[in-house]
Amino acid sequence: MTLNSLELIVAAMLGVAVLLGLLRLILGPTAPDRIVSADTISVIITAGLTGVAAWFGSALYLDVALIYGILAFVGVVALARTIEGGRQ
Amino acid sequence: MDNISRAPPLTLPHYLFIFATVYLLWLLLVGELSRQELILGGLVSLVVTLVSAPHLLIFGGVKLRIDAPLHLLRYLGYFFVALIRANLDMARRILSPSLPINPRMVEVETGLRSTLGRLMLANSITLTPGTLSVDVKDNHILVHWVDVSPGVDLEAATREIAAGFERHLSGFLR
Amino acid sequence: MRLLADLFLLIGAAFALLGALGLLRMPDTYNRIQAGTKAVTLGALSFILGIGLLYPGWWAKLLVIAGFILFTNPVGSSSIARAIHLAGTQPWQRASSDPLALKAPQEDKSA
Repeated sequence: MTLNSLELIVAAMLGVAVLLGLLRLILGPTAPDRIVSADTISVIITAGLTGVAAWFGSALYLDVALIYGILAFVGVVALARTIEGGRQ
Repeated sequence: MDNISRAPPLTLPHYLFIFATVYLLWLLLVGELSRQELILGGLVSLVVTLVSAPHLLIFGGVKLRIDAPLHLLRYLGYFFVALIRANLDMARRILSPSLPINPRMVEVETGLRSTLGRLMLANSITLTPGTLSVDVKDNHILVHWVDVSPGVDLEAATREIAAGFERHLSGFLR
Repeated sequence: MRLLADLFLLIGAAFALLGALGLLRMPDTYNRIQAGTKAVTLGALSFILGIGLLYPGWWAKLLVIAGFILFTNPVGSSSIARAIHLAGTQPWQRASSDPLALKAPQEDKSA
């Protein structure tokens, strides 16, 4: 489907949101901060991929979004376990 | 971690519940109700249930009662109201130039005994206004508050939040 | 119908933007987690609801994605919070009623 102006604004807002998250990812200052921003970005992108599915009119991208979300979640939890310091 | 070993073994109704959950997930992913998909999905769900159920002890926390779905719906309604309030609250904090936050850590006790129950309670607390679950130790949940106004009894406020969710959660979780 | 869908898409994108902005503005990791998780979860749900209004035939898979985000996002956030808590990170500002604070490497002098 062709996007109307409102939907273009929505797409731009999502892009800016990802860029802001990316800025925090670069700035850090600590590893947990970077993991938090990676987590946030991945959720925004999961939602954004459903938007891509609607834009291209293809339900295939919904599967992409689902798998992306699952992999991102597993990655974030794995990273969190890695930096976990005082394990009893 | 420590309470997984204390989880009760699964009974037949729990096996049926896991099967139903897997089957429902299959149907949602496939998105059609043709006879072929129904049969294939049933077979796959059966295999998945038999293989994975011994490792899914967390499902032992589900109370299989006739009025459980009703409590689940009530919980979801309560939860979404809290989620929207949480977001309006957070939006106000982020957008105000002075950044009005004053964080503090508080512990809250829970009456839910199962791992799944505590997980859901901790998740709910994370998504309510100004609170974030940090750690779960036995029956205590450590909560990070984003804003502590002076003069507020924080322990009582936290207990109130936990009790609100627990009232609904205890209808379908142990 | 399309206007209603666009409205939900706009609300979703706005909350995602707010979450990312909060990620930048908040002073410490705990508060960044708070801002990031809450706003982005609701933003994603609202966005997916908007897509569901545009393409009603996709409701089943969109429901799975929405449920997945709703369930896993707080788990991921809490696991990061737990990790930095166990690593001894204190919340921003001086006072702390954290019972594990004594185990932390840096002692809280003002408490």
